[in-house]
Amino acid sequence: MTILSEYLKERRNEEWRAELRKKLKGKERTSIPRVKMPEVEPQERTKHQNVEVNLGLTEEQALVEASRCMDCATPTCIDGCPVQINIPEFVKNIERKEYGLAAQTLKKTSALPAVCGRVCPQEKQCEEQCFYTTKLGKDPIAIGYLERFAADWERESGEMSVPECAPANGKKIAAIGSGPASLSFAGDMAKLGYDVTVFEALHEIGGVLKYGIPEFRLPNSVVDVELENLRKMGVKFVNNFIVGRTASFDDLKEEGFEGFFVASGAGLPRFMNIPGENYNGIMSSNEYLTRVNLMGAASDDNDTPVLRGKTVAVIGGGNTAMDSVRTSKRLGAERSIIVYRRSRAEMPARVEEVNHAEEEGIEFMNLANPVEYFADEKGRVNKMRVQHMELGEPDASGRRRPVPVEGSEEDIDVDLVIVAVGVSPNPLIPSCLPELKVSKWGTIEVGDNMQSSIPVLFAGGDIVRGGATVILAMGDGRKAAASMHEYLSGEQKND
Amino acid sequence: MHIQTVISTNSNFMNRIVDKEFLSENVVKIVVEAPLIAKSRKPGNFIILRISDKGERIPLTIAAADEEKGTITLIAQKVGVSTEKLAKMEVGDSLHDLVGPLGKATEISKIGTILACGGGVGIAPLLPIVEGFKKAGNRVISVLAARSKDLIILEDEMRKWSDEVIIMTDDGSHGTKGLVTEGAEMVIKREKVDECIAIGPAIMMKFTSLLTKKYDIPTQASLNSIMVDGTGMCGACRVTVGGKTKFTCVDGPEFDAHQIDFDEMMMRLGGYREEEKKDYERFMSQV
Repeated sequence: MTILSEYLKERRNEEWRAELRKKLKGKERTSIPRVKMPEVEPQERTKHQNVEVNLGLTEEQALVEASRCMDCATPTCIDGCPVQINIPEFVKNIERKEYGLAAQTLKKTSALPAVCGRVCPQEKQCEEQCFYTTKLGKDPIAIGYLERFAADWERESGEMSVPECAPANGKKIAAIGSGPASLSFAGDMAKLGYDVTVFEALHEIGGVLKYGIPEFRLPNSVVDVELENLRKMGVKFVNNFIVGRTASFDDLKEEGFEGFFVASGAGLPRFMNIPGENYNGIMSSNEYLTRVNLMGAASDDNDTPVLRGKTVAVIGGGNTAMDSVRTSKRLGAERSIIVYRRSRAEMPARVEEVNHAEEEGIEFMNLANPVEYFADEKGRVNKMRVQHMELGEPDASGRRRPVPVEGSEEDIDVDLVIVAVGVSPNPLIPSCLPELKVSKWGTIEVGDNMQSSIPVLFAGGDIVRGGATVILAMGDGRKAAASMHEYLSGEQKND
Repeated sequence: MHIQTVISTNSNFMNRIVDKEFLSENVVKIVVEAPLIAKSRKPGNFIILRISDKGERIPLTIAAADEEKGTITLIAQKVGVSTEKLAKMEVGDSLHDLVGPLGKATEISKIGTILACGGGVGIAPLLPIVEGFKKAGNRVISVLAARSKDLIILEDEMRKWSDEVIIMTDDGSHGTKGLVTEGAEMVIKREKVDECIAIGPAIMMKFTSLLTKKYDIPTQASLNSIMVDGTGMCGACRVTVGGKTKFTCVDGPEFDAHQIDFDEMMMRLGGYREEEKKDYERFMSQV
């Protein structure tokens, strides 16, 4: 930690930073209101599944917003970032119009800044720790918006910098899964000179960034540019390949693979196990979003169908629930309703997504929980019974526990229900390795260095955490890369 | 060696179709180059394929594999847009995507006498299981059933791995006139059966299961639920087994037939019927 703080101090003391700080008085900076993200109007955006809602800051907006940052001597914002981006440095680079340098600062520690700028829950991370939030009681610097601005600027400039890679060391590494954990791992290992191959079970590379998060929040083109960047660094991608099935771990070892990073995700949807849940028209958010995002089911050009509903209920209060409910609106639902067992304050979704959903006419039935479903004679759901809840004492998660209100059941007519109450680890990969230690929840057990009970096998992301965020998965990928490098280098010395 | 080819071409195999044959008017057999799957597959496993970049992910059980030639055999019945398109592919064409092997393999050991019941296109996934049980030293009696003679597929192959094959047709055009359950019951009454495998239309599996339950014979059924990813991710293939929700793709495709809620399974198979019908009509009007 001290090395980091000394490094930060050194960077902060650079002449340009000191000069920049003198440009405006503190009071001048703090009196500027936080920028508002330009957006596509709700009536317009709900007509399209693939039109991004946030348009991104203009250069003028970004410059003003960057000038709000005080360039604090103790930048607490960095403590809130799981990958410890040097936030003041990239923000100040924006302020002095060095957008390329701002992007490079981001890429030093984050493999996917254009993605994180869009999907990170900044209000619970960097922005929550911002001086404006903690000390001034004002709206924080829009760090996420600025991150996106710098990353987008670099991408659109056509001058994407490819990070420098160490000379090839000839060591073959396999990354399993192609979501954020794996991509950040692959990037770091490529920088260290390893020969990295990413294996993906689906036909499309990108994991949850492609099958899960809709394009109105994260356009595929943004992800594709990041993938292209990794390819330029020498990372190889293989789709339609399930390690442990298509070929075994031992087969890959025979091919010369020396290290494995398993980041196969939490792709096993949870259901609530309530009566009627297997009726047609009730599906997991994974199924709904996969059909629409990965298989293109909303368009007639594609063969994969997706059920549509007039009244769609989405169960849950996380980002996936918001993605699903907003998707249903875009697919023509007359009523789209979030049914969440706690209150809005406890919703795990990004605040921005909840606000966007509300702007788009999504109804919120909070403090309610489905207890039973009913169907027509063909087995298609037509009604759900919800029980109303009230908040009791805080539970293990620190959030107030929802308690059922006796006799409060209510029936609601619905014809499509999307269950978005979380996911469990995907058992496909662990089941191929009987000697691998897994928890009773099916997550892979790893030490602080992300190493599993099999020394050459490291793991990270949701297969370890059971269901977290893009940025935490990326943090795991980076940590695993550093540890695997240390392990493989040490092993070499011992030979 | 194959792994290296896959990695260096930066895409998967060619997935080239090397042989194609119609087993009946609506049932097509294709043999596809897939050396890694041919090597790693086990009886009961399935694959998922896509015909084009706009195509559905279609799950199909692997009917046979030739490890030396590096090929797998797939058998599909034309039931909708995607299978119509598949049946139109020719030798030399390549599948856009192919992934597998998926699903749990059949548990095969020496048990004694196996009664293998196959209905219609369900005979295809039954073939590698019958082969496996025969090779493990079991006595295998196969009962193959279909509406009429031309819908009985793979009869020669099944004979190769069965001690006895009984053919049942609805119209009596081949074998004995009657249902699969009648053929099965004849065997059960005749000799001791240690285990039964049933693969075919849901209704056929349901009644076979009811029959073997009456005689207390452990029975496995292999389900053909609707799937999207086939890797446990979506839950479209969920089925109630013993009162618990299971995923056909990762927990199956074979389950204890006596525990399966077949009525729910049949209801769920119809979940996209209207969408499929509309798509099929549109497709057929274009070709």
